[in-house]
Amino acid sequence: MLLKHKHSLSLRLSHWLNVPIILMLVWSGILIYWAYPAYISMPAWAVEKFNLHHRLAEGMGWHFTLMWALIANGIFFVIYSFVSGHWRALVPTSRDLKNFIPFILSDLRISKRKFPETDEYNPAQKVAYTGALIMGFGAVITGFAIFKPVLLGWLTALCGGYQTARFLHFAMMIGLVLFLIVHLIQVGRSGWATFQSMISGYEHEQD
Amino acid sequence: MNRIETEPAIWKKKKRIAWICAFSFLLVLAGIFTFIKIGPQKDGTSSIFRYGFMANEKLWHALQSKKISLERTVPSGKKPRVNGTIGLRTELPEGDYKIQVVQDELKESFGLGTILVLPKTSHSTEFRCIEGWSEDMQYAGIRFSDFMSEKNLGKKKDGTYYSYVGLETPDGKYYVSIDMESMLHPQTLLAWEMNGKPLSRYNGHPLRLMIPIKYGIKSLKRVGKIIFSDERPRDYWAERGYDWYSGL
Repeated sequence: MLLKHKHSLSLRLSHWLNVPIILMLVWSGILIYWAYPAYISMPAWAVEKFNLHHRLAEGMGWHFTLMWALIANGIFFVIYSFVSGHWRALVPTSRDLKNFIPFILSDLRISKRKFPETDEYNPAQKVAYTGALIMGFGAVITGFAIFKPVLLGWLTALCGGYQTARFLHFAMMIGLVLFLIVHLIQVGRSGWATFQSMISGYEHEQD
Repeated sequence: MNRIETEPAIWKKKKRIAWICAFSFLLVLAGIFTFIKIGPQKDGTSSIFRYGFMANEKLWHALQSKKISLERTVPSGKKPRVNGTIGLRTELPEGDYKIQVVQDELKESFGLGTILVLPKTSHSTEFRCIEGWSEDMQYAGIRFSDFMSEKNLGKKKDGTYYSYVGLETPDGKYYVSIDMESMLHPQTLLAWEMNGKPLSRYNGHPLRLMIPIKYGIKSLKRVGKIIFSDERPRDYWAERGYDWYSGL
């Protein structure tokens, strides 16, 4: 039988480590945010239900410990991508950017145009994955800007000031969550073999 | 993408190993999560987070003392935001307001009048609450380092500084402790004015600490007691799961 080697061990490791790290960073970020919910608020019963009140200290405990895990994993992934050449598969070319919208329209069956199935990531995947990486990087930068606005005052100023940096940090989180939702939907559409290949690294191609 | 030719049995084994790894990973995560939630606690938070806070403190403290919080212009007379009234709920004691100083066996108290005449310094900068809001505020009073040298406080017999400063409200209900380097920072003041006006009751009348290089929880209002010590004095929020250092 023929197997397709889709994902290297380093890639899978980095990917699956990211799952708990990012989920807990988002959750603890929400606990921190809820001490002063400046942008989005929820009805009292929802806040009650999710038990978001008075958990700032706990949120900070998670956030300021796990942030280093995210950074370490990010550095590991970037180094891996350059050493292995994986970045070439990931970063969209100008052609991918041009095909980005048409591909999505085709994928949603809005346009009739067909894109051939290839081994490569499709244009939407490349834009989404690279976008998620950039948002992760942005979350770290804006995170430092609000974590140490005196020591890293230059970075805070670069992000437009303390409150702007806080807003941008929040926006990066929203972006990452939206990515995650689309990512999960696409995995669901793609099916078990795709999900399984992210764990074993291989996908069964033909008998 | 590489293709490999293999036997179904080998493929089956490959998958089984991968899934065992995946489930072990989940078990490890569940273990870490449980340890954080119900494992050893230190001052109101998981000991893991306590070590996380302390590691961050070590890393950032090295950069701390020289950096200042950017100066701003603040409209005079604007009412400074109030947050938290712990330690301020009882009425101010009648008569001359005294500030107690404790430094080893030395116990001294200073009348407010002897502090308000000290050389006045003013700063305007952004104050950041640990909750997430921030506000530009102007504040004036005696620089804490000047207060120490004027009153000959804060140094041990061998001429070196104590490691910590503790501050408490007169009723002892709110209390903070801060590392000496941060207390010697030029923007750290014992203030009696904010935004050009004398302090209001809930902004800490008659005298408060203003330390913009820390979260606002450290800027204790209504100073009743100052402690110089090599042993870290108690800290209200650090006993309740927060980072003791809280440096910005």
